[in-house]
Amino acid sequence: MLKTTLKNKLQQKANLIRQDVIKMTGEAGSGHPGGSLSAADIITVLYFHHMNHKPKDPKWEGRDRFVLSKGHACPALYAALAECGYFDRKELINLRKMGSILQGHPDSRRTPGVEISTGSLGLGLPAAAGMALAGKIDKASHKVYTLIGDGESQEGIVWEGAMFAAHHKLDNMVAFLDNNGLQIDGLVNEIVKIEPIAEKWQAFGWETFEIDGHDIDDIVRSLEKADAVKGKPAMIIAKTIKGKGVSFMENEVDWHGVAPNLKQVRQALKELENNN
Amino acid sequence: MSKEAEKQMTYHATRQGYGEALLELGAENPNVVVLDADLAKSTTSIAFKKHFPKRFFDCGIAEQGMMGVAAGLAASGKVCFTGSFAMFATGRAFEPVRNTIAYGNLNVNLCPTHAGITVGADGSSHQALEDITLMRAIPGMKVVVPADYIEAKRAVKAAAKIKGPVYIRLGRAPTPDINDAETYKFELGKARVLREGRDVSIVAVGLMVYEALQAAEALAKEGIEAEVINLITVKPLDKDTVLKSAKKTGRVVTAEWHTLIGGVGSAVSEFLSQNQPCPLAMVGIEGRFGQSGSPDELLKHYGLTAKAIKQKAKKLVSS
Ligand SMILES: Cc1ncc(C[n+]2csc(CCOP(=O)(O)OP(=O)(O)O)c2C)c(N)n1
Ligand SMILES: [Mg+2]
Repeated sequence: MLKTTLKNKLQQKANLIRQDVIKMTGEAGSGHPGGSLSAADIITVLYFHHMNHKPKDPKWEGRDRFVLSKGHACPALYAALAECGYFDRKELINLRKMGSILQGHPDSRRTPGVEISTGSLGLGLPAAAGMALAGKIDKASHKVYTLIGDGESQEGIVWEGAMFAAHHKLDNMVAFLDNNGLQIDGLVNEIVKIEPIAEKWQAFGWETFEIDGHDIDDIVRSLEKADAVKGKPAMIIAKTIKGKGVSFMENEVDWHGVAPNLKQVRQALKELENNN
Repeated sequence: MSKEAEKQMTYHATRQGYGEALLELGAENPNVVVLDADLAKSTTSIAFKKHFPKRFFDCGIAEQGMMGVAAGLAASGKVCFTGSFAMFATGRAFEPVRNTIAYGNLNVNLCPTHAGITVGADGSSHQALEDITLMRAIPGMKVVVPADYIEAKRAVKAAAKIKGPVYIRLGRAPTPDINDAETYKFELGKARVLREGRDVSIVAVGLMVYEALQAAEALAKEGIEAEVINLITVKPLDKDTVLKSAKKTGRVVTAEWHTLIGGVGSAVSEFLSQNQPCPLAMVGIEGRFGQSGSPDELLKHYGLTAKAIKQKAKKLVSS
């Protein structure tokens, strides 16, 4: 078990990220709150606890890398990057605005800390495999983490990357599946089901772990175990709730790509603040 | 245009024409099958899903697979319509579209939405600026860029009867309705001359047609008579109409909300340079990626406006 102080700290960070997601999408008038909220705890543990990185030196060679393959969840990533100090928190209100360093989907050329441009689904995981391969070539000790969606898992290119990573024994690569059960048109199970998902990743040569993606302890421990896997990449299948933390967004498919209005922002923030 | 006339304008997104046409096609033709890739609400194919659930298939976030499935359906006698965003339908799925659908001349129609820079805040990864180029390059692919919702609806309906694949480029943002629903007729490969003039021809597609009309009005105030052509079909090109106009005016400006590399401007100049060489200027995006912003901000930033058309036309006329 994690020390209570550490766990509290991380929960508070995750809560702050959630509040930022609401404020940012509310201010932008568009964006993807649902999938940002479901990924908030995983992103928090990576950036505020697990990854070895230097926000003041984003290109530091020894850094662990993170690739947000489900790029539409970038409000959560941007909030984490800002809170870490990659750039000024003041930038957050410029999400999705003309000329902003915070584009509607991650842009590695504009945003310090964004490793790979994503937004078109499926492309991040193979790119993460490429980064892990480079780490192997260079005999570097850093790790590469990535996060994909369950709907995103329908893309063929995800599985091309999966096969490649296992074939090349990329044990310096750890992926998360944000398994929230929803995509845009409805339930993943009703559109094109991806189950049995753990068995699929195992069949593709990956070590798998199944966790509660909102349980800080679970996320921390699974990362430690995944890092220790030898000879193959690891997939952490995280059961999550789309819209997690905001009652009226939770498990609501319509909150995939719609921003909250002012009243909804206030209500969401009130709920999140009470949760602190 | 007067303030009064502007007030009376009605606006629709061309993608609305897709959903409405599908509903009519579903009722008329039991062979019509509609596929989407987890964007049925955005593409508006959801209306077809509601009315004809047995002929609608959501392929999930798998655009390449969707095109493969569509090819198989078409090879088995179905008339397929596929929806997604233009970026993913032409980008991710390019090769199945070329090698399975077009190579087999199968009845799969691609009607993706969210084309061009006017996708807005989602930013570059979602703004297809190269789709006309990609689709135009495929042998046998027909390419249609409707200027408004009425045109879009008629083009989608017509596509069901056209042999082989048709690409219809649709937009997300509402644009002015410029056609008269009562009298409008769509004909593949036929452009429409919306305004006659003798000094310069403006050949436009999609939302740039309205901009071209605005530019022509502004030019008229300065004594320059511009002819405005709504090209509608980029491929096959309406050679007669383009040739006749270029012969008359001797100068051509093209306008598209798309990259200048291989798009509408290229199509027109490929033809004219070999048949009726004349000074030609192009309005479009100069080989750059897009970015987040509102549709209007982006159109201004990338110079896709009546003002830009007017400036290029004036320069041609005065030189
Ligand atoms: C290649 C591609 N196709 C379609 C889209 C449009 N799109 C954006 S998010 C999304 C649904 C994603 O669902 P999921 O991966 O489950 O993400 P989450 O539920 O975590 O938000 C879709 C279809 C896209 N961004 N990229
Ligand atoms: Mg999901």
